[in-house]
Amino acid sequence: MTFLAYGLYLAALVGAAWVLALWMTRVYAGALPAGLQRLEGLVFRATGTQPDRGMTALSYGLAVLAFNLAGFLSLYAILRLQGALPLNPDGIAAMAPDLAFNTAVSFVTNTNWQAYSGEAQLSYLAQMAGLTVQNFVSAGTGMAVGVAVIRGFVSAKGTTLGNFWQDLTRSVLWILLPLSVGLGLFLAAQGVPQTLLGAVTVTGLEGQEQIIARGPAAAQIAIKQLGTNGGGFFGVNSAHPFENPTLASNMAQSLSILLIPVAFCFLFGRMAGDRRQGWAIFAAMAVLFVAGLSVIHLAEVAGNPALGQGANMEGKEQRFGAMLSALWAASTTAASNGSVNAMHDSFLPLSGLVMLINMAIGEVIFGGVGAGLYGMLLYVVLAVFLAGLMVGRTPEYLGRKIEGREVTLAVLAFLSMPLGILVGGALAATVPSALEAVQDAGPHGMSEILYAYASATGNNGSAFGGFGAGLTWHTTALGVIMLLGRYAIILPMLAIAGSMIRKTPSPVTSGTFPTHGPLFVTLLILTVLILGALTFFPVLALGPLAEETARAAGQTF
Amino acid sequence: MLTYLRPALSMMVLFTLLTGLAYPFAMTGLAQALFPTEANGSLIENDGRLVGAAMIAQPFTAAAYLHPRPSASDWNAAGTGASNLGPTSAALIADVAARRVAYEAENGSPAPIDAVTASGSGLDPHISVQNARAQTARIAAARAVAPQEITAVIAAAVERPLFGLYGEARVNVLLTNIALDAAFPMAPAAPTGEMTE
Repeated sequence: MTFLAYGLYLAALVGAAWVLALWMTRVYAGALPAGLQRLEGLVFRATGTQPDRGMTALSYGLAVLAFNLAGFLSLYAILRLQGALPLNPDGIAAMAPDLAFNTAVSFVTNTNWQAYSGEAQLSYLAQMAGLTVQNFVSAGTGMAVGVAVIRGFVSAKGTTLGNFWQDLTRSVLWILLPLSVGLGLFLAAQGVPQTLLGAVTVTGLEGQEQIIARGPAAAQIAIKQLGTNGGGFFGVNSAHPFENPTLASNMAQSLSILLIPVAFCFLFGRMAGDRRQGWAIFAAMAVLFVAGLSVIHLAEVAGNPALGQGANMEGKEQRFGAMLSALWAASTTAASNGSVNAMHDSFLPLSGLVMLINMAIGEVIFGGVGAGLYGMLLYVVLAVFLAGLMVGRTPEYLGRKIEGREVTLAVLAFLSMPLGILVGGALAATVPSALEAVQDAGPHGMSEILYAYASATGNNGSAFGGFGAGLTWHTTALGVIMLLGRYAIILPMLAIAGSMIRKTPSPVTSGTFPTHGPLFVTLLILTVLILGALTFFPVLALGPLAEETARAAGQTF
Repeated sequence: MLTYLRPALSMMVLFTLLTGLAYPFAMTGLAQALFPTEANGSLIENDGRLVGAAMIAQPFTAAAYLHPRPSASDWNAAGTGASNLGPTSAALIADVAARRVAYEAENGSPAPIDAVTASGSGLDPHISVQNARAQTARIAAARAVAPQEITAVIAAAVERPLFGLYGEARVNVLLTNIALDAAFPMAPAAPTGEMTE
């Protein structure tokens, strides 16, 4: 039954993503129906952008930075001024400067780390004109960069990677928005509130009063899942019965988390004119995903004997149980989504280990929308380079030579992960004012720190919720690290793409190392594991592995 | 850089209007027109007053009612939270042990795992079927009816996994308690302590 349930889920996911990739290929090639082209033209005229002007890697990167800076300033202003702005029925006050910085960075970088609690600290205007906007455009930014990087690897020799404004607009208007309207209405039908009325007070059967927070949640939750954002309308995210009321709403959201990231694999194959290349990337990601899911599923279903017989239900909802919580945990950490339907802090140590690895390797198991694919291409460059070293030939990918410049840039991008997680984590574990954030004693406390810094670096956004992320040290440090984790990967990857597109493709010969077969898939998986996971093995041994050993020995803290 | 800032700002304004105002307002209009009950929180009215939301747990303590799962945030539906305690936390293990003792004393039956662990939201509207059944005898005694009658109400309230594959079988505590009150009315509790005949 379990195999059937997971199998059907994966089949539905791949089928839907495959169909979506057909549409995305047309959208990014500009092969749109005439009516949509006219609408799109209105956007470009209104904003004074020239969509057909190709951008070099440098221009593309500067446009991304300028747009994200404008987004940061706009969101920061809304958060600081929300108390005086309209659409605030519950009278919520302005957010403190350090928390507003952290939140604005978090949503602009597609991380959606939440150091605040939505229903208590955000007005409806901030949720809508602030967070929902960034849910769309930070996802759109990732998708645009993803497509630009793909063009660098697959297009005919040239100098430009496409136009950022055009790619961004197309991502939002023709992919994210229609999917969100559909999913949002489905969620509303399932019982997710979509109302501008404020909280409601009820008198329960035993006569006690209960204040129930509501709000325009369905619209925001739809894009939070589709755009691998993950920031919940309510503090406990998709565990909240109002964010995820039914099993149908849960399955729809679970599929949405991975839909666009999986579609990006197939989009890559189609743009490369060789669909096998897309399937090869998909296969590497899928193997890693299923392996991680299996570990989490087995650990959570077996449960924690210290709490009693049965599955581990601490921090989980009865309707989802261990299985759907495990599926969500594997998906949300693999996809850099960061929403949760159960509390990761209370998962078993081996589940925590998998979730940490999913994030620490840089969110490349499907990963964020667009971001997962360009992140995996970073590993592809390194894998092809390693293969070249082994056989003593100049490495090639899709007919283009991988040379010193590309490898240097790929290693530079890769280094942002140990920098964010290990240096950020080490500071958090030594500075006294930072260490106060740790809730649990023993190795689990180490896992809490690691999880926060891995989540920020990988732009994931989920948390071990016991960690006091609201301390000024962490709002600041995590804010800076989210910026690092986003742009220290985007900019080098654009530079690699800009360098690849200038190369003349060479014809395939009998000596060409094929990058679509099982051998390449295996090599890619090993590269991810060796580079990604081994970099973090020592700290993982101090956190989740030490905790598992202690737990097996019956030790508590 | 300045050449990029102008389109960046105008794009930002445009997307704020489109995705930050038009999209959520249009969705609110559509959801309110198509699913007015669900879009407002599936509130339940009983005898002309709001008694709760179908999917939001309430703290029940009376012997005549099904009791919900433990909540780490005291069933606060305006500020949710979980224990977030890790699997080797001595505090968590002690909490669970104390809840087990209380549950078994109250119901005279072993506590299922969902009855002693706190949910993630603190507002879990459901309990396991086993948990509901274990509370039957207590509820029957408090309402002075045969246990089979309570069992029948609970059996009718069981919700099944989606397609038989996804999720767990469960019982909604608030909805079942409303059904219990409808089937076996009790004298209303007198808030001032004054009994009316």
